[in-house]
Amino acid sequence: MHAIKQFFYSNNSQINVGLLLTSLILLLAILGPWLAPYAAQEMVDARYSLPQAGIALGTDYLGQDVFSRVLHGGISIVWMSIASALLGLVLGVVLGLVAGFFKGRVDQVIIWTADIFLAFPHLILVLLVVSMLGRDKWLIAITVAIAFVPGVIRLTRGLALSISKHEYIEVAEMMGYPHHQILLREILPNILTPLLIHLGTMLSWSVALLSGLSFLGYGVAPPEADWGLMVNENKGGLQIQPFSILVPILLIALFALGTNLLAEGFGRKFSRINESTEVSEHA
Amino acid sequence: MLNQLHVQPQASLALEVKNLDVSLNDGTAIVSDISFTVLAGQILALVGESGSGKTTIATALLAHTRHGARIVHGEVNVAGLNVLRLDQEALRQVRGKQVSYVPQNPSTALNPLITIRSHLADVLRSHEPGLDVAQQQASIVNALKEVELPHEDAFLHRYPHQLSGGQQQRVLLALSFITRPSVIVLDEPTTALDVTTQAKVLLTVKKLCQHYGVAAVYVSHDLAVVKKIADHVIVLYGGRIAEKASATALFSRPLHPYSQGLINAIPDIHLHTIPVPIIGNAPSLQSRGAGCVFEPRCKRAKLECKTSMPALEPLSAREDHAVACINLPAHAPQLKIIRSTGPASSRVLVLGSQQPLLEVKHLSASFDGKQVLKDISFHLKKGECLALVGESGSGKTTISRAIAGLNAQALGSLYFNGQALALAARGRSAAFSHQIQYIFQNPYQSLNPRQTVRQTLLNTVRHYFPSKLKDSHEVVAAALKRVALDPRIADSFPKELSGGELQRVSIARALVCEPSLLICDEITSALDVSVQAAILELIKSLQRNGLAIIFVTHNLGIVRSISDRVLVLKHGRIVESGEVDTLLDQPRQPYTKELINDSPSIVDI
Repeated sequence: MHAIKQFFYSNNSQINVGLLLTSLILLLAILGPWLAPYAAQEMVDARYSLPQAGIALGTDYLGQDVFSRVLHGGISIVWMSIASALLGLVLGVVLGLVAGFFKGRVDQVIIWTADIFLAFPHLILVLLVVSMLGRDKWLIAITVAIAFVPGVIRLTRGLALSISKHEYIEVAEMMGYPHHQILLREILPNILTPLLIHLGTMLSWSVALLSGLSFLGYGVAPPEADWGLMVNENKGGLQIQPFSILVPILLIALFALGTNLLAEGFGRKFSRINESTEVSEHA
Repeated sequence: MLNQLHVQPQASLALEVKNLDVSLNDGTAIVSDISFTVLAGQILALVGESGSGKTTIATALLAHTRHGARIVHGEVNVAGLNVLRLDQEALRQVRGKQVSYVPQNPSTALNPLITIRSHLADVLRSHEPGLDVAQQQASIVNALKEVELPHEDAFLHRYPHQLSGGQQQRVLLALSFITRPSVIVLDEPTTALDVTTQAKVLLTVKKLCQHYGVAAVYVSHDLAVVKKIADHVIVLYGGRIAEKASATALFSRPLHPYSQGLINAIPDIHLHTIPVPIIGNAPSLQSRGAGCVFEPRCKRAKLECKTSMPALEPLSAREDHAVACINLPAHAPQLKIIRSTGPASSRVLVLGSQQPLLEVKHLSASFDGKQVLKDISFHLKKGECLALVGESGSGKTTISRAIAGLNAQALGSLYFNGQALALAARGRSAAFSHQIQYIFQNPYQSLNPRQTVRQTLLNTVRHYFPSKLKDSHEVVAAALKRVALDPRIADSFPKELSGGELQRVSIARALVCEPSLLICDEITSALDVSVQAAILELIKSLQRNGLAIIFVTHNLGIVRSISDRVLVLKHGRIVESGEVDTLLDQPRQPYTKELINDSPSIVDI
């Protein structure tokens, strides 16, 4: 509880700015569809009209209202990035804890598999799966999550290995505590800090990855509104009607920046909390 | 000044510290009003427990402070040069050349990636750039000879990890002496070493200081070591000098109540007395009041001790003995060290006819293909305290871990109350596993930092005795009371507690399992002397209540004060075993004799 309080009553400008940006984008994405003056696919004017009364950001390559499409187009990238980061974290942490604690054969199998996956660049891996299995949004989110898993396994395993050398883990072993209890109650809380920081980084990556996918035409399918997709759709009109591209790019960048700042701010804050908790044995 | 040291008139003043104050950046004082001098060729010991400021003073002698602290004022004159006034470049030239430093932990103080030769050559290159290759080589060989290390090429090309702890420490000594400094600062250089190695290293330090007329400042928490090496001693408490005296005077007539307490708290191999703890904890930086820092723990404290800070006053003009206490007894009593010959009265008598609680038969273990335990057999009765003694690598911890079920490579058989006991902790039923509890050396690592004391204790209770959880509040309070802790600390996290308190919590966690055997693995070696005495007292009282104890230690003083029987181990074998007083007073094996001779003691024999 105390830790959570410390978090949010923060005088750390990185966290504050990150929190502000992230929550603004979240609000925009969630409430957007209700606030939009037009439907996402409604043609309101000629193609690539410049901003004017009634159409604040002009129109896109089909004559749809850019402002309305921006408001409609945030939700998928926001939920998909959050879901894939969280899912990737959970899967990776479970496997990493198991690998780091049980060691031996289990560890080797998990680590080798993870290393094989790590050899593929995230984008290639996701493109491969999407082109084989289709563009269902859940499928994309899960694929992005799986692309994250090997990294999380590596991180968690290393942390678990170092924590399991500590004597309180040996005490738990000696008392014959069930394994799940040792993993979840003794080890996990002690490695949560770096994992949370990593989660922040993963959020930023997944924003970039998902919008990249949409831009490449493998993500959200037209005619649905999506920030990444809008950049692709309107790239022909960059010189005529730049707002149709710059606004979605700006929002993607702000979301990635916000989550990144948040992650780094938390990271610094956590490491500072840890510093003050480290026990000095001698003066 | 109170620094008239009566020594050979030709000895020159090598180090002079005047009114040194070091504070945190927010102004909180760490050490105040420190003045002393050291003559060339002499060794001054700075003695104190955690938080006394001894390391702060030691590093200030090199004009260095830890992060967040600064030297407020004062003078540190090394061979007439005030190092606190120097600029960065001048300071760089003085450090390592005029004043050198020997750090505490030799295994982390040497760069693992460079050879011994490069270590020494680097120092020479920085401070004696004029030397050619041949002169450099001669200088390196000479430096290694001085610290009694081999000096052939094969040795020079080794890396630090290929050396033993004692050799690493000697390399550090060579690094410090090679530039012929006027002052050398040694920060607990032997704490990480075995007694035998320590004895030899101390001898080398003393010899080198005398031979080259180097003034040494020796920081330590171990009074027995100090007695062995120092000419003068400063006892520090709470960042101030409590007492300053020649070593002989301090050990024969300690005057400050803290010095007396400290001496009484040391378990000594030649004393049959039980060490007496100093009640309470050392004050934190912020909680130091206006009066005497020691007042809250002082038995002699009077009302005025609370309000006025005692000045460091010399006893008389001709004596080099000064004390900061306003309440000295008119006739300071000589410290009486009783050397009884019979067993100490408090020793627990063990009935001979009892069935053994634990039997260890033909225990062996290997590590990395090397056998570390060879055919160990012994037994332990209920209520008995057995000490496992030996140097590092002797196998004492391996034995205790095997009994606890923590050694996967162990072979042999264990019997507990006559029944066979599985060698792996996981193979033991709860009925067995709660009876054997293990306390670890490092209290800072043996509690989960994310769990409060209450959670730690209740997790254990939930595991073994779920029915007791009904009155969990009482269970926790009773457990803490049993180890003399205030039940109000139950909701603290480990980081909020001191080392002594943490070790008590570890013991409390073991006790809620209702064990009949407690394995204590060097449980006091990370603690201060005064706290150590209190933990030993607690262990002793648990034993009186019928608990059997296996006490792993390398400190023979502790063995004398706490154990009933001793096993002496060397290279994984039992070399000698027997009743404690017989074994320590009439050792039969040369190895035991050597251990006993090398154990530092505060008693002259």
